[in-house]
Amino acid sequence: MTAPDFLVHETKDTVGVIVVEGIEAGQTLSGWLMETDETLSVIALDPIPLGHKIALGDIADGDTIIKYSHDIGKAIAGIGKGHHVHVHNVKTKRW
Amino acid sequence: MAHSSFWGYRRENNRVGVRNHVVILPLDDLSNAACEAVANNIKGCMALPHHYGRLQFGEDLELHFRTLIGTGSNPNVAAVIVIGIEPVWTKRIVDGIAATGKPVEGFAIEQNGDINTIAAASRKAKEYVQWASEKTREECGLGELWISTKCGESDTTSGLASNPTVGNLIDKVDVQGATTCFGETSELTGAELECAKRGVTPEIGKKFLNTWQAYMDEVIEPFKTSDLSDSQPTKGNIEGGLTTIEEKAFGNFEKIGKNTKFVDVLEPAEQPSSGPGLYFMDTSSAAAECVTLQAAAGFVVHLFPTGQGNIIGNPIEPVIKLTANPRTVRTMGEHVDVDVSGILRREMNMDEAGDALLDMTIRTCNGRMTAAEALGHREFVMTKLYRSA
Repeated sequence: MTAPDFLVHETKDTVGVIVVEGIEAGQTLSGWLMETDETLSVIALDPIPLGHKIALGDIADGDTIIKYSHDIGKAIAGIGKGHHVHVHNVKTKRW
Repeated sequence: MAHSSFWGYRRENNRVGVRNHVVILPLDDLSNAACEAVANNIKGCMALPHHYGRLQFGEDLELHFRTLIGTGSNPNVAAVIVIGIEPVWTKRIVDGIAATGKPVEGFAIEQNGDINTIAAASRKAKEYVQWASEKTREECGLGELWISTKCGESDTTSGLASNPTVGNLIDKVDVQGATTCFGETSELTGAELECAKRGVTPEIGKKFLNTWQAYMDEVIEPFKTSDLSDSQPTKGNIEGGLTTIEEKAFGNFEKIGKNTKFVDVLEPAEQPSSGPGLYFMDTSSAAAECVTLQAAAGFVVHLFPTGQGNIIGNPIEPVIKLTANPRTVRTMGEHVDVDVSGILRREMNMDEAGDALLDMTIRTCNGRMTAAEALGHREFVMTKLYRSA
């Protein structure tokens, strides 16, 4: 079994986590959906560091970001599938 | 490999420790110098300098006493010397520790001066160290082990792998009757309703929610100057890919496993009194503050998952460090006791990772020094609730 480039906790999640170093824009990434043991594929459209998130589909400004099947904050800009998801385009709803 | 027993030191009150410390405990900031002098004179004992103990009052003073008495009472401690500037509060600490039955003696500096105090305390410390050095370990069941956990410098690999590895261990030891503890009140923000569902009864779940709400109302809201986005998540968390407190909270929450329910909610440094099981303790999410409070509540070994590489140790309980971040393993390997990065490569499943951590926990309890112990990390940080009078 080849080592995945990104991991996704649960089926409902709209983001995955990059688990290897050196991901560049244009790379086709293989993902492991841990809940169902499925293999996914997404093309990275940004360089994304180890541990950072990738959008699994298009996310509109204001959309809730789902990870662990739960609300982890809201998009403060539109985020296209394959783009880097982090503090520049997502904000907490708590403080 | 059998994962049902370890070798520990049975203390006078029948609690079991995994270390055999002789502690030189200052009542207050003024007594640090004398304690450090005693620890320098007598090999094999350990001073625990800290910053507080003067003009505290009310709940903050109660927490100060509870933390110091609890620290001395921890079963990892064989015997204690207490040094304070004056005799009355010194005696309060001594009497609190003496309730465990272990050897403890207090020394006050006023009317004696540092030098006479150090001489008298050093003679007693020498006696205690030699007495403690003859203590031997006996085989104990996992049901006698008290394990605390707290994560630090987390990143997304913590929620994916190292925190659920701790959770796997918690589920395994819970059914063997171990006593376990998690904390980090503010760091459950976003996952607080899910966490409340893990209370053993709805009442205990509500007790957790009340504690969480009080932290928000009494600590976060009155003192914040802007939102907490620069503190929670930390800069290290953000560097590691964590974006919001909610994301961090759901990762944090993975540490308590899939099945285990918490049986009660503890005040900071409060000893569990509802029997075996998992406890939530109301603590800061700062690593050293949290682990110091857990050690003061009587926990004897600590599981510390990290992502970006928090290097904390504790003087009383050994802190076992695990990470799933392959870059942290590569760049900070000397701080890592258990490498679970194989989970991210699908080379290791969660059950195997939990077993590897349990194996290292038992080896550590049996006497193996942790990375933090070998590197000399002894962060002892008292929680202070508000300014002194």
